Amino acid sequence: MENQMSALSIDANTALLIVVAAIATYFTRIGGYVLMSSMKRIPPRVESALNAVPAAVLTTLVAPPFIYGGWDIKIAMVVALVVGLRFPGLTILAVGWAAVMAARYGFGIGP
Amino acid sequence: MNRHEQLTNGLKKGAVVALSSAPFGVLFGAIAVDNGFSITEAALMSGLVYGGASQLVGIELFGHHVAAWIIVLSILAVNFRHVLYSAALATVIGRYPHVERWLAFFLLVDPQFAETVKREEAGKTATFRWYFAMGAVVWVSWVLTTIVGAYFGRMIGDPKAYGIDVLLPVYFLGLTMGFRSRHNFFPVMLAGGIGSVIAFHFIGSPWHISVGAVLGILVATILPPPKAHEEPDVSEMEKEAM
Repeated sequence: MENQMSALSIDANTALLIVVAAIATYFTRIGGYVLMSSMKRIPPRVESALNAVPAAVLTTLVAPPFIYGGWDIKIAMVVALVVGLRFPGLTILAVGWAAVMAARYGFGIGP
Repeated sequence: MNRHEQLTNGLKKGAVVALSSAPFGVLFGAIAVDNGFSITEAALMSGLVYGGASQLVGIELFGHHVAAWIIVLSILAVNFRHVLYSAALATVIGRYPHVERWLAFFLLVDPQFAETVKREEAGKTATFRWYFAMGAVVWVSWVLTTIVGAYFGRMIGDPKAYGIDVLLPVYFLGLTMGFRSRHNFFPVMLAGGIGSVIAFHFIGSPWHISVGAVLGILVATILPPPKAHEEPDVSEMEKEAM
């Protein structure tokens, strides 16, 4: 019974931490907009920079796991890359997952 | 515009993201409880912070009893990329009415950003109706899967045994590839990739994200901009929208 209670309880300090982290995160999500709307017109260089955002940011979430991951992860990501040249997101995900499972359980390559 | 298409397409896009992020919602819930969060606290964090990678970093530090301000700073560092997202989508979300606009920014996570840019690039307008349909599905699923993971946490075991650890990098790989026809994609990607790998080694996570992103964007500003006729993409459409 006591376990059940604590599973649903909220600690004041923890709640405060979560709320502050949420506010900080929300500021990052409006920050760029607030900055941009203070500009009268967008200079071409800034526009080039903004156009580069998806490739620049998303790559930082991909490259380190590939370089520092084991061979199982590397193989799965290369397979996913090749499949991704032709097929959409969900297929890439399924193939990547199948490849890592095959590497681990079929070929005995890491984790 | 076709209001029905906006709704169904938004829901569909949201469902795909919900499906692929579900393992991480469950994973976060399980790790959160393991690190001393209650189920309610885990759900609260997923609902309010709403940023998978930053939540995982935050809960890891919380479990190690790191000082609260360092936890907040680390979450801020992981989420800093959203500044770039909101700047890049300023003209898209900026045309929503006030309340909708501030709500839309709250829902601005990686896949939401990527899909919104893609939709605008394809010549369809990312209306608030479309945006919110997608975002609501992802948000609800994120909170629910967190609760599921928190509740059944102890039964899950090692995520690597089920191949869960590969899903996030592969998922982001797919998102990245969606932008490969963009002007300067390859030099930007190389700079971002190399920068983040080096920063990961010398400075460590989560700072590598910001370092790599800044390098990639710097390269884009140094390289010559596209010729006017060469690329009738977002930039053109954003001008029309303004």
